[in-house]
Amino acid sequence: MYPTTSSETDPIAPWFARWRAAGHTALIPYMTAGYPRPADTPGLLAALAGAGADIIELGVPFSDPVADGPTIQRASQRALEQGVTLASVLAQLTEFRARHDTPVVLFSYLNPLLSYGVERFCAEAVAAGAHGLLLTDLPVGGDPELEGLLEAAPLALVRLIAPTTPPARALLIAARAQGFVYYIARLGVTGAGRELRPELVQELRALRQRTTTPLAVGFGVSTPAHAALLAAEADGVVVGSALIDALDRGGIPAAAAFLAELRRALG
Amino acid sequence: MTMEKLESRFGRFGGRYVPETLVPALDELAAAYQQAAAEPAFWAELDQLLRDYVGRPTPLYQAERLGAQAGAAVYLKREDLNHTGAHKINNTLGQVLLARRMGKRRIIAETGAGQHGVATATVAALFGLECVVYMGEEDVRRQALNVYRMRLRGAEVRTVTSGSRTLKDATNEAMRDWVASVGTTHYIIGSVVGPDPYPRLVRDLQSVIGREARAQVLERTGRLPAAVVACVGGGANALGIFHAFVGDADVELVGVEAAGEGLESGRHAASLGQGRPGVLHGAYSYLLQDAAGQVAPAHSISAGLDYPGVGPEHAYLKDSGRARYVSVTDAAALAGFRALAQLEGIIPALESAHAVAYVLAEGNRWEQAGPVLICLSGRGDKDVAQVAGVS
Repeated sequence: MYPTTSSETDPIAPWFARWRAAGHTALIPYMTAGYPRPADTPGLLAALAGAGADIIELGVPFSDPVADGPTIQRASQRALEQGVTLASVLAQLTEFRARHDTPVVLFSYLNPLLSYGVERFCAEAVAAGAHGLLLTDLPVGGDPELEGLLEAAPLALVRLIAPTTPPARALLIAARAQGFVYYIARLGVTGAGRELRPELVQELRALRQRTTTPLAVGFGVSTPAHAALLAAEADGVVVGSALIDALDRGGIPAAAAFLAELRRALG
Repeated sequence: MTMEKLESRFGRFGGRYVPETLVPALDELAAAYQQAAAEPAFWAELDQLLRDYVGRPTPLYQAERLGAQAGAAVYLKREDLNHTGAHKINNTLGQVLLARRMGKRRIIAETGAGQHGVATATVAALFGLECVVYMGEEDVRRQALNVYRMRLRGAEVRTVTSGSRTLKDATNEAMRDWVASVGTTHYIIGSVVGPDPYPRLVRDLQSVIGREARAQVLERTGRLPAAVVACVGGGANALGIFHAFVGDADVELVGVEAAGEGLESGRHAASLGQGRPGVLHGAYSYLLQDAAGQVAPAHSISAGLDYPGVGPEHAYLKDSGRARYVSVTDAAALAGFRALAQLEGIIPALESAHAVAYVLAEGNRWEQAGPVLICLSGRGDKDVAQVAGVS
């Protein structure tokens, strides 16, 4: 059994401490492992790191991604059709980690982990070089025993706050989150969007006044203008579906160029 | 937060494995249900609707010719005689009353065979609410009559083309809709599946089946049945009839899953018989899945049983040994379908035909023990074209 992850042992906390001191807003791209082809994953990870990714969210594909919109659903399905599994994702992460120090957060639904074995997963994910874990279908309080197990592992358990989360619960989630807390920008599933909700900035400011946990924003963050708007309001900005759209348009070079553009917009 | 307090599990099964966006809505639903359940007026209104609109209590019918063939005394609980032709409306009526209390003006639902979609469209029409039903493309094809029944009642039927294009994928799509619309929308889940409080809410609303049947069997025969048999997809009709008998230790409870083309073929929907525990659609329960934890496609001739998961309370009843779960193939279910039509003049839903088929095959084990009670969960008009097609 590991000692419980604290601010001293949280593998992501020191990065945010440094970025905060430097006034740097973290850029956090999401990519589905194994998409468009499993062989593309190491190259895409490296390209994102090279284009200014501060943390990479690496999506473990799942057959029934209920929190995801059409873009990530399609990417997940395509990856699964090509035989991607949690084990193969960890193997590719190991390969990336041999050459890059960019922190990686595994983004997954719960069932592939349960099937793999949670303790085995934690040990192997750490060995592969993962810094954190985000589970879309494990809300705070949803399974105290499992949450305790995950929180004790030397992986930051990133938690989510939604636009529907009442303020008191949002503070509880921020306090419980490891690494950073992920603020869901839109009422809905993942996907690129034209507009951010007008209330979003106000919500972020209200939350940031009441917590010291680093705050990243995602779901519908799609353009350099969105990034520029959020740069001052959050510690990090997550972009997923829009990045996959760029990848679909022009492959890894287009994805890297899009990310670099977001990096410039963030300042 | 309130969640730990309200969360309900069945042993290690159940729980609330959902995106954070839905947690407040589940808290709201659980609180609305807790409050309503304490008010006699809530149940009085529901009972009146069940009587005057649905036609409850449904009859208990002794199927003598079927029983002679099965080798036991067989009674059918006639949920097929409910308005809209299945047990589904017991649940949708209760949930629409809760939606009204919560001020939600839009209703969404998933449907497999279409019976739950029809029952949802019906109560939405009755209460003047907007209604959207998600249905897999494969099911839209094999249950065209029910699609028309929903549209006639003013519901929008959205065809789901993702994944296996059946009930599982319709449920995914309904959950995605709910994540985006949760402030104004109530999601009427049609079975004892999903995150807490749905499994216990749907069970409670369906438990009228067993309460009536238990009293009816006692009155008719002076004793309790030796066995209660019901089909299990998600498992709503089965829990609905089991619930009143769980405390009667001598009454055997038998759930019949769909063995599809045979358990050995891999093309079946026997989650309890062949699956292992995992998380799908918000609950921890038995699940058909591959070695890597990806949900495996289910198969059944019956659209309503074509689901890779199962309600968490069934998982608990299985592990505790209180209920026994068996399975019946497509071919045997078709034989049961025809047998009930020819012996009793009753055309069962293909779902319910699985329970009939099991009793036909195994009924003689209760020859001495006493009557066997089958939950005839729905009528088969919707399946006639499909059965004619495979004949």
